[in-house]
Amino acid sequence: MMGWNAFLLSLREILRNLMRSFLTVLGIVIGVGAVITMVTLGNGATQAVSDQIASLGSNMLIVRPGQRLGAGRDSAGAPQFKMADVRAIAEQVGSLQAVAPAVARSVTVVHLANNWSTMIGGSTDEYFVARNWQPAVGRVFTEAEERAGKAVCIIGETVRRELFGRENPIGGAIRIKQFSCEVIGLLAAKGQAAMGQDQDDLILMPLRTVQRRLIGNQDVSTLLISVADGASIDRVKAQIEGLMRERRRIGETEDDNFNVLDTRQIAEALSSTTRVMTVLLGAVAAVSLLVGGIGIMNIMLVSVTERTREIGIRLAVGALEREVLLQFLIEAVVLSSIGGLIGVALAAIGSLAAANAMQVPFLFDARINILAFMFSAAIGVIFGFFPARRAARLDPIEALRHE
Amino acid sequence: MSPADSGITDTPLIELAGVTKTYGTGSAALQALRGVDLIVRQGEFVAIMGPSGSGKSTVMNILGCLDVPTTGSYLFRGVHVEQLSRNQRALLRRHYLGFVFQGYNLLARTSAIENVELPLLYRGEPAARRHVAAREALASVGLADWESHTPGELSGGQQQRAAIARAIVTHPAVLLADEPTGNLDTQRSREIMDLIVALNRDRGITVLMVTHEPDMAAYAKRIVRFVDGRVDSDVLNGERAHGEQA
Repeated sequence: MMGWNAFLLSLREILRNLMRSFLTVLGIVIGVGAVITMVTLGNGATQAVSDQIASLGSNMLIVRPGQRLGAGRDSAGAPQFKMADVRAIAEQVGSLQAVAPAVARSVTVVHLANNWSTMIGGSTDEYFVARNWQPAVGRVFTEAEERAGKAVCIIGETVRRELFGRENPIGGAIRIKQFSCEVIGLLAAKGQAAMGQDQDDLILMPLRTVQRRLIGNQDVSTLLISVADGASIDRVKAQIEGLMRERRRIGETEDDNFNVLDTRQIAEALSSTTRVMTVLLGAVAAVSLLVGGIGIMNIMLVSVTERTREIGIRLAVGALEREVLLQFLIEAVVLSSIGGLIGVALAAIGSLAAANAMQVPFLFDARINILAFMFSAAIGVIFGFFPARRAARLDPIEALRHE
Repeated sequence: MSPADSGITDTPLIELAGVTKTYGTGSAALQALRGVDLIVRQGEFVAIMGPSGSGKSTVMNILGCLDVPTTGSYLFRGVHVEQLSRNQRALLRRHYLGFVFQGYNLLARTSAIENVELPLLYRGEPAARRHVAAREALASVGLADWESHTPGELSGGQQQRAAIARAIVTHPAVLLADEPTGNLDTQRSREIMDLIVALNRDRGITVLMVTHEPDMAAYAKRIVRFVDGRVDSDVLNGERAHGEQA
């Protein structure tokens, strides 16, 4: 018997027991849907993380006191940097585009009746170069403003929206604690970053202003260094490490009391974490696919028993064992593939909705869709084989007598 | 062989020699056939009779290539069926045999014409040819207007006609009928028997029919009676004389 006839026949059988067929494939639907959704969202999250890292600026090194980034970080005893360190790096290390010192403090700022909690960063004009981020409107700090520690600021898009609304912010005044600050620029909007972190929610001021008026010391907590295009980041990193060890008088046997991260390294660390999560979630979802397969096997066994007499008739009129086997196998594969298709459709809807809700990009991954669908068909073959073989091996005499 | 001189045909179509069939083993073993010799020639119409447990169903299963003898040989068109594999016997059924059962055995919820097309499907006939042949077969049993009806919508007699159409749609050499009128009233039974007689007479299909009703056996040209797993008598119809065993 031709496969096409077996295919039509299986569709008819599936339609005859529509409710039962639906319940049977539900496991496959959920399995396929879950695998695709998990992987799609995982890919989106990975993408979001790397986008966020990339938005820090490319070829960037971040130097901070303390031994390392992350848990168990020991920065308590490590001394902060000074402006002298910044100058030393700028003068002694080659192939640098910009060296920006940075400090930060979170404060509540006020404009007229509006107030807003945000982060104030203090830095120099080098910051705009290092992060490759220029004001969309207005200007950067002048040298005089930096040297004198004038109360001028450049604000992010979120701060503008919250404080100024429709008002033009340039030339406006923001009240920060006891002093008033003139807005001279508005940063280009970077948009909502992944994991709910808003990159536009900040105010930039000259380093000296923040040091004097908000922090009260001369420390620099972070150095943002951008490396010239084409230069070896690893070599520059090594030079900075050597210079800082020397300047911080760290002995041969002692560990660094600072760390130099490059953005590439952070991106790799974070995206490998999300990748592991994706694989784990996908594996959990794959288990439900197996459970779905067992459901298919169960119902196919029931179907073979119910249709024993039909099988007997087919064998009596001259059906070969493999033709009966193929018929039931095709039925199982059609059943599980329909489940797979529904799963693919549901996953597309589900992951689109979830991606919006979680604010990660929706990345349609054709590969995982095809793979999950093929897998659902394969489950039909694997779990349909045993019932189909049972059908094919029935004794025609017994089968015809079956009631 | 007593019917050897009946003038029906030359070489035997079917030849059973010393066929035994034993179900089970040891002390629980049941001997259904105890040495059956039977020759059937092309074009014969043989009724197989006997009380229940006499082995007539068993011999029909063997003749229909659904089962194989425990010992002895079964030659069908010169082929030793007892040496064939399951699939080879399926191919014999596909190409040479047609079955009619007491319980009709039509596929439920499937139209009469699709039921009749079924054997052609396994012979790999294209859809258009299947359809034409099935229509023709249904028309020849008087069901031309009932093609699209499912077995549930047909009377018993009509279902058996559809089953006969299914059996003859492949133009088989042998029609095996197992109590074909067992579920029908006298009037329907006569109609079915007339149909089978016509197939035997007009198309030359060899008919082997199991029945326990003498009225039905009377339609056959030859009556073989089984008792206790052996051929008890083998007579040409009308002769009413006991044949000798070979």
